[in-house]
Amino acid sequence: MSEVSAPVGVTTASSAVLAAVRAVPDPEIPVISIEDLGILRELSVDEKTGKVHAVITPTYSGCPAMRAIEDDIARVCRAHGFTAVVSTRLAPAWTTDWIGESAREALRRFGIAPPGLAPDPGDDAGAAPRRPVPVTIGGPRHTVACPRCGSERTSELSRFGSTACKALRRCDDCGDPFDEFKAF
Amino acid sequence: MSDNGTGGTFSAQAASASYLLGLGDDALVYAQSLGSWLTWAPALEEEMALANVALDLIGQARPLLTLVGQLDGTGRSEDDLAYQRDERDFHNVHLVEQPRGDFAREMARMLWFAAYHRELYGALRASTEPTLAAIAAKALKEVRYHFDHASQWVVRLGDGTQESHERMSAALSWAAPYVDELFEDDSSSVSAAGTGLGVLPSTLRPAAQVAVEAVVTQATLTLPPPSRWRSRGGRDGVHSEPMGALIAEMQHLARAHPTATW
Repeated sequence: MSEVSAPVGVTTASSAVLAAVRAVPDPEIPVISIEDLGILRELSVDEKTGKVHAVITPTYSGCPAMRAIEDDIARVCRAHGFTAVVSTRLAPAWTTDWIGESAREALRRFGIAPPGLAPDPGDDAGAAPRRPVPVTIGGPRHTVACPRCGSERTSELSRFGSTACKALRRCDDCGDPFDEFKAF
Repeated sequence: MSDNGTGGTFSAQAASASYLLGLGDDALVYAQSLGSWLTWAPALEEEMALANVALDLIGQARPLLTLVGQLDGTGRSEDDLAYQRDERDFHNVHLVEQPRGDFAREMARMLWFAAYHRELYGALRASTEPTLAAIAAKALKEVRYHFDHASQWVVRLGDGTQESHERMSAALSWAAPYVDELFEDDSSSVSAAGTGLGVLPSTLRPAAQVAVEAVVTQATLTLPPPSRWRSRGGRDGVHSEPMGALIAEMQHLARAHPTATW
């Protein structure tokens, strides 16, 4: 990499470490970064102390990748001569709506159907008894296109896939099984 | 009780900690119970589903127990609370500590517990304790999914074959005596609701009951009449027989190697 255009050396180091942290891949879905996934909520660097402050939020409460993500951030910061201070924040709760458009395309190319619009978190619970949501068995609950052939004729095999954030589906046209990133 | 902090009175702070301990222990112990399905679920997909539900619950238990350690003044960590307490110091309800039965029983238990959890976390989003409100807002999204999952199975089994119908019906009867305890108010919850940190369990019942009844009706089943025997005492640390074995297994590694790290 050329350093020619860099105005000040310190700033280069700072922007380099910040860019590197933003680019840390998700441990489970390495084609998208923690920034694309919406896990990285805040990021700043203090040049005087050499510390990088990062705030991350879990996708699911029990997401086992959180520790790995913290370690990855720490490793990347060390490689740039900085110390990482990573903290976890729960509110506002992570939603798949935070996944950007380019990341959705990356998911599709990787073979994971990107999530639809997340359900409104305020639409049930805690209120007075309401009309129950009808229970549906089998059949598609919503349209999910096959990430390989694009067909919208797909069916759900399991509501819980290889990780907490994914469901398992199968394309009825090309026959391939695939993961769906659950709208959450 | 060992965790009432200093002084002889049961302070509001200690009551809050005790209330939260019940919530955290419910999630922790149910996660441990669900873990016993590994290699026993009827299908690989279902094994992953139950493990994922358990993972969500552990994810909820961890910040809840951490909060307990901060509020009760002991400074205990989530690990201290999970691994270094004895049976009498656990405040979970009896429903979650029952051993794995058949799959229908697990779905009956999950249906009731998730219905309760959904109302609980829905209400706790308005908690005056910001950390609890944040945990609740996040967890609500997860437990809605648990309820949905259990609902689908209860309908599929209830409205299935003669055999599955009978077994689902028996499972609802099995779960029934443990349900009341979920919605019982005790001194901790009354105090926690009074300060705005918590919510009275009894106020959660109507909506949870409606939700469960709707699923049961669609499953062509009926809820059993109230049983004469019902579980009680979990919130005070009085547990049923399976609890000892459950925590012995859960705590074995941490007890055998107290300073182990990895």
